[in-house]
Amino acid sequence: MDITLLSSEIFIAILGLLTLVLGLALPKKAKDLVGIIAVWGLIFILIEAIFSFGIEASLFNGVYMIDSYGSFFKILFIISAILVIMSAADYLVRFENRKTEFYSFMIFALLGMVIMAAANELITLYIGLELMAVSFYILTAYLLNDELSAEAGLKYLILGAVSSAILLFGISLVYAISGTTVISEIILNISLQPLLVAGIILLIAGFAFKISLIPFHMWAPDIYQGAPTPVTAFLAVASKAAAFAAMLRVFVIGLPIASFDWNFILAILAAITMIVGNLVALKQTNVKRMLAYSSIAQAGYILVGLIAFNVYGLKGVLFYSMLYVFSNIGAFAVATSVEVVAGSTDIKAFNSLGKRSPFMAAIMTVCLLSLAGIPPLAGFVGKFYLFAGVIQAGYLWLAFIGLIMSMISVYYYLNVAKAMYIGESQDVTPIIPSFSAQLALWTCLAATILIGVYPAPLTNLVQSAVTLFL
Amino acid sequence: MISFEHYLLLSTIIFGIGLYGILAKKNAVAVLMSVELMLNAVNINFIAINKFIVQGEITGQLFAIFVIVVAAAEVAVGLALILSIFRQKKSVDLNDFDLLKW
Repeated sequence: MDITLLSSEIFIAILGLLTLVLGLALPKKAKDLVGIIAVWGLIFILIEAIFSFGIEASLFNGVYMIDSYGSFFKILFIISAILVIMSAADYLVRFENRKTEFYSFMIFALLGMVIMAAANELITLYIGLELMAVSFYILTAYLLNDELSAEAGLKYLILGAVSSAILLFGISLVYAISGTTVISEIILNISLQPLLVAGIILLIAGFAFKISLIPFHMWAPDIYQGAPTPVTAFLAVASKAAAFAAMLRVFVIGLPIASFDWNFILAILAAITMIVGNLVALKQTNVKRMLAYSSIAQAGYILVGLIAFNVYGLKGVLFYSMLYVFSNIGAFAVATSVEVVAGSTDIKAFNSLGKRSPFMAAIMTVCLLSLAGIPPLAGFVGKFYLFAGVIQAGYLWLAFIGLIMSMISVYYYLNVAKAMYIGESQDVTPIIPSFSAQLALWTCLAATILIGVYPAPLTNLVQSAVTLFL
Repeated sequence: MISFEHYLLLSTIIFGIGLYGILAKKNAVAVLMSVELMLNAVNINFIAINKFIVQGEITGQLFAIFVIVVAAAEVAVGLALILSIFRQKKSVDLNDFDLLKW
């Protein structure tokens, strides 16, 4: 076995430990160095991961897969970690002297996600999932003196633990039927029987919780609102993508439709998620909570690709996950910068942002319009793939619901734009985010527009990543 | 003779008791204990599968050990969170944590 195949995972683990140790060892004045080391380390790992894209290998007797699919998600997670850490620069003042551990928890959560996307075995998948989840429990409650944050952390811990117990029960039933925990071998030994159906339904419930499908979404708005804003961004984007990555591998490879027609259950879940998520978002007055409901609705759109169960749909899932990173982190980065200055994320706090910081207002508008799926931005191309796939698969009604609901979503996205450009505010002092936050914002803007105008490179990347399923 | 179905029934009942505890208990520590019940119900399943269905393999027992370890980590974080909330509010009653509405 060639250990260099695991180099990105090993480097991420070392970087996480290094930031933890440096935080203790460095003198107080030099602690800002840890953030710089974390970002540059991640950029180095990103470059390494991009260069090793396309290598196919299976490690530990097929337990851990190095393939284009896992590498694609690995790159996605590292990009989102870099963007979130960079955009969090101003926010970290709130953590006082616990800044350095923040980086190391972020990096350990990242390691968990990478393991989830690459795991070809259920124990490994579970360990990755828990590594990610436990890091997030701590990160959610990171503002120790803030009551909202502590409460959100405890709620997330309890509900997260319940969801992993449900997922585990599902895994145990599937193991009872198939006699193996290696995902690609499950399909070889299963027969349709009530125990398997129960197992698959519990698996769906467990994953639905992690990607916050309605009716398993109750935790999401509370935790998104209570958690520190950069953590919310990472939670909304990367942890969701990780759950999708694992879910796709388990359901498409391990338990394809032939084993049990789970497609219809997911179709109903996706329909409810798109409808309720968008409708409830209309009423929100807090931008973080609005983005939480919008991310619930987005999960519904992404799920449509899995229901389609064809090349278009699966490509759509990966494509949408990637553009969702840039659009959503862009929006959250603006919310972070506003919160640092205004102390709140109510829509009122965004009043006259168009005057206070024209460039942030522009980025917020572009990112939100991309989430709404307005051409020529990236969101349009992603939705096109997802809905084209599902129409091809014969679920015309689902595509209809998705299209109508994305039209409705424009209303609440533009509500924020309205506050930014028309809303009145006494305070018109300019907001100037730090250099690294500006860099993250520009990256999000550039990627959102570029992917929309010229999607071919990302399409090719996605094409090679889904060959696993064909 | 005790068969796999009996173990499955036992674990399902314990799983249900745990779920009920999470929904009904108002004390945060009791809720954490209920979570442990749910996880241990899963462990019973894994061990029974190795005993009756996939004989001669240890995957299920390995899985149970991993679940125990992860559950311990989860409880450590959970108790730390409850402690930090208790310092602020002087209470571990979930009804008092109502700043964020469901």
